[in-house]
Amino acid sequence: MKIHEYQGKQLLRKYGVPVPIGIPAMTIEDALAAISKVQQESGGEVVVIKAQIHAGGRGKGGGVKVAKNAKEAEAAVKAIYGMKLVTHQTGPEGKKVQRLLVEQGLAIEHEYYLGMLLDRGTGRVTVMASQEGGMDIEEVAAKHPEKILRESIDPATGWQDYQSRSLAKRLGLTGKAATELGKFMRPLAKCYEDMDCSLLEINPLVTTKDGRVLALDAKVNFDDNALFRHPELEEWRDPNEEDAAEAEAKKWDLSYITLDGNIGCMVNGAGLAMSTMDIIKFYGGAPANFLDVGGGATAEKVTAAFKLITSDPGVKAIFVNIFGGIMKCDTIAAGVIAAVKEVGLKVPLVVRLEGTNVELGKKMLDDSGLNIVSAADMADGAQKVVKAAGGSK
Amino acid sequence: MSVLVGNNTKLVVQGMGSAGAFHAKQMVEYGTRVVAGVTPGKGGSRVPGLETVPLFDTVEEAVRLRGANTSVIYVPPPFAADAILEAAAAGVDLVIAITEGIPARDMVKVKYVLDRDYKHVVLVGPNCPGVITPGQCKVGIMPGYIHKPGGVGVVSRSGTLTYEVVHQLTALGLGQSTAIGIGGDPVKGTDFIDALAWFAEDPGTSAIFMIGEIGGDSEERAATFIKDNVNKPVAAFIGGLTAPPGKRMGHAGAIISGGKGAASDKIAALKAANIAVAPTPAEMGTTLAKLIN
Repeated sequence: MKIHEYQGKQLLRKYGVPVPIGIPAMTIEDALAAISKVQQESGGEVVVIKAQIHAGGRGKGGGVKVAKNAKEAEAAVKAIYGMKLVTHQTGPEGKKVQRLLVEQGLAIEHEYYLGMLLDRGTGRVTVMASQEGGMDIEEVAAKHPEKILRESIDPATGWQDYQSRSLAKRLGLTGKAATELGKFMRPLAKCYEDMDCSLLEINPLVTTKDGRVLALDAKVNFDDNALFRHPELEEWRDPNEEDAAEAEAKKWDLSYITLDGNIGCMVNGAGLAMSTMDIIKFYGGAPANFLDVGGGATAEKVTAAFKLITSDPGVKAIFVNIFGGIMKCDTIAAGVIAAVKEVGLKVPLVVRLEGTNVELGKKMLDDSGLNIVSAADMADGAQKVVKAAGGSK
Repeated sequence: MSVLVGNNTKLVVQGMGSAGAFHAKQMVEYGTRVVAGVTPGKGGSRVPGLETVPLFDTVEEAVRLRGANTSVIYVPPPFAADAILEAAAAGVDLVIAITEGIPARDMVKVKYVLDRDYKHVVLVGPNCPGVITPGQCKVGIMPGYIHKPGGVGVVSRSGTLTYEVVHQLTALGLGQSTAIGIGGDPVKGTDFIDALAWFAEDPGTSAIFMIGEIGGDSEERAATFIKDNVNKPVAAFIGGLTAPPGKRMGHAGAIISGGKGAASDKIAALKAANIAVAPTPAEMGTTLAKLIN
């Protein structure tokens, strides 16, 4: 689960991680009122207006503006609020800005990169840091891997202060800033652990001319598997940031991702679902979605999945690819037949069934009188559905 | 011959709720020696239809009173880490965790404790279909009937793709020594390299099929390992060639992030290690068959 920068900073502040003074605003009026409040609290004229969308690359897209005074800040609020912000992560259609963060401007000395995430290789949480902050860290990692410093967290002891001192030394932080890094890292690591984060990225982490260390940005993701421990996070979901179909899928406990092709897919198992997309592409088609109905799907769940697929107007053909294990082929057949009876079938449907109760499942589909193209195997099904969707692109 | 499970396996099923009981029955029908079930608070009772399987409150009793040496876990995610550690502490040698959706933080701790205190215990999973030695022992949720005893060792990150390759192999007359589902989570027990090393040493395994997917770099490390250590024919398939970066594809581990974990990189690494890579999931069986013949 992803949250906004301002929410991430609220969380960090709660843990005692230094962040700039700032006020989030959901409307233009609130944002304009926030300008003078932030100026008063910080005792400075300079404020930063930051668009709050989940995608990265906001600065380059014009969603972050530094204003020297109230007049400039007002202009920035009016320019950014409501704009279609296009970044490398939003896609060409962009994202409408409906939330702003008004923050104090800081006299920055240097920008660093800091990230915490799980290292699968070691099975431990790892802190990554670099002197090259503020910019595209993936580029730094690719071109200069030696510039990324790493510290692994021992699951028994958690983050230790000596690790902060070591990191400070290697980052070239001296004096007050080196001490401040320790005060920054300890609560940050605690927050990651307590909150079941899957990513905590501070880019940039800044030192100021007066020797403070603060999080100028905050990207916080949570482990979806651990959300049951943090019911309060539900409040932080922003429906504007969620794909409507993906949100609907979540209600049914379906794993669904919208893609931009024209072949709707319904598959059981994540690996098979991914591979079904691959084989459609291999034969020249384009999948409209990733959809894993899971192992224990009921006929109702299959019906819901089918409705999701057919609700996408871009879908020109549907491929149902099932390898029944625990999931029985007759259950799938019953679900598909019920769904078609309920929502109709306006596009060709190709079905490949294999596994438990396959003969019964096939017979049910044959007897249903529905216009279903049956496929002998995965390759046959993929070729048939690509043809049905208008041939290879 | 086989690896991990076989005729000597004495299985305890942890989590005899509806799913656990259902699969326990399937395993008994397949011929697996299911010696006990564990559900805290249900000790002394029996599950209808499973009258031969006594229920205990603790794994320790299952080991002491019934000689269990392997545990399979169907316990729900919030309690699954605790169940894995209980099994290790009770003295089983092998823990196969089927449960999907265990928080990563819990698995970090489990892995840490297993590495520190229970080095002899093998964990398979979590979030996996289990392990089967066809004709001898099935531990997990896979459909038993598609398997056939033989010489192909299968190791896979994906459940249904494992069924797919096994089905293709069986149709081609190629039986399996053991099929191991290692699961799709970022922090797990057995990884490709462990399974590959077992298969390399197992006299009953004459060839290996490996199924990987996007995310992490296990496949790349496996490719290097195979090049240096495995003298048996190996074929592979990698799922997710067309998966878009930044989108998690069902499995907690299946995501291309930070430009890493793409299928194309993994395929290139495997090919560089002279491993035959199936071009599509429909050609997994035939890719290995060509290599053997």
